[in-house]
Amino acid sequence: MWTFFHKLGSPPWLYAIAGVVLRWLLPITLIALVGGMIWGVLFTAPDFRQGNSYRIIYVHVPAAVVALAGYYVMAIAGAVSLIWRIKMADVVMKAAAPVGAALAFIALFTGAVWGKPTWGTWWVWDARITSMLILLFLYLGVIALYEAFDNKEAAGKACAVLSLVGMVNIPIIYKSVDWWYSLHQPASIKFTGESTIDPSMLYPLLLMIAAFYALFTCCLLMNMRAELLQRESRTQWVKKIAAKEGKR
Amino acid sequence: MSAPHTGQFCVLLLRRQLLLAMRRPIDIANPLLFFTMVIVLFPLGLGPAPDKLASFAPGVLWITALLSNLLTSDAVFRSDFDDGSLEQLILAPQPLFLSALAYISAHWLTTGLLLALLSPVFALMLNLPGSALITLVVSLLLGTAVLSLLGGIGAALTVGLKRGGMLISLLILPLYMPVLIFGSAAVQAAVTGAPSGPYLAILGAMLSLAIALAPLAIAAGLRISIDA
Repeated sequence: MWTFFHKLGSPPWLYAIAGVVLRWLLPITLIALVGGMIWGVLFTAPDFRQGNSYRIIYVHVPAAVVALAGYYVMAIAGAVSLIWRIKMADVVMKAAAPVGAALAFIALFTGAVWGKPTWGTWWVWDARITSMLILLFLYLGVIALYEAFDNKEAAGKACAVLSLVGMVNIPIIYKSVDWWYSLHQPASIKFTGESTIDPSMLYPLLLMIAAFYALFTCCLLMNMRAELLQRESRTQWVKKIAAKEGKR
Repeated sequence: MSAPHTGQFCVLLLRRQLLLAMRRPIDIANPLLFFTMVIVLFPLGLGPAPDKLASFAPGVLWITALLSNLLTSDAVFRSDFDDGSLEQLILAPQPLFLSALAYISAHWLTTGLLLALLSPVFALMLNLPGSALITLVVSLLLGTAVLSLLGGIGAALTVGLKRGGMLISLLILPLYMPVLIFGSAAVQAAVTGAPSGPYLAILGAMLSLAIALAPLAIAAGLRISIDA
């Protein structure tokens, strides 16, 4: 068990493992995404007040949930690389930032598209929407800081510190709708107590959330593989892979 | 001669930073002048109608304070990084986070404190009701201290970079936003006659959290910047 864990610290091993995981996870993710979309869009009843426009939650909610979770992945990976000096954790952190930024953007964009017919406006300066925007800026800040350093080892450490500092904001975003009563509705899905969403709408939503988690993992692994190849481009194992790919 | 105690060392460091600032009064005056100039821009841009200005005043004062804090925080560690004294500080036996706290205190004393004390003048020029003045000063005193601490994190992370100026705003502004929200909400509450105590309490809580954690992040950032 521990040897498997320790082996993950080796770039060629991590590259191979990520490849194996991707081979299985990627098709499952695509099936779940397509299946969840078809289920949510075609086979659920329209909402009695919002009609069909509510169906955007099948993209909006999963994107927002995973954008928040992705920040934790990035910050925890940063902490691991700072504390135990594990270089592969640094790769995880760097790979997570653009994926999380993209998901935060999708959540904001779909929210705006849904807000126009429902609230009558593209944008309101409400606590949750504003804090999601801050989340997007936090991601962009990490990406920009990484690019600004010439020394990539220092860049990784600096980004780890920044993402840990930014983590203070995540619980605020998560609880913002409960703390400040505002236009954005409170969370409908609860782990404890009754959910305020009908089961027929809830199950496709849960499937989509699971699919977005899987999608995040796939993008993360693909980014990590690309980053590994780039970092290790002078080593023997990368040259071997390049030679093999070149022949094909 | 024996090495000074940690506490003594911090006081000496604070005095050194303040002395350096005093020797260059223009560096103290610049942020205040910037604050004044930007405040002047708002009546010119928004129109001089007194009631309209009064409703914008809390936000205008807070945003301007935030911007002048942002612009000065870039320079907190810059000159000491360039001449190498920062490296000596890292090698010193005294804990780096306390030294960082001394730097940040000096920065706050020369920018945030003066700005907060000066703000009632501009508040009156912007037609802010007199009843909100005390809240404004208290919220700025608490809030600019948080801003200085957060700005120090950005300064520490970017001090080794050639093109740090623009980057520091991208890193630090998202962290400034909660302070801005509660700071201007406190003044807004005082204007409408609602109790502003809860907002000031939250600012105080943010300050306690920032004093406890930010120096550690600043110390880590300085070490990274020196290594790079």
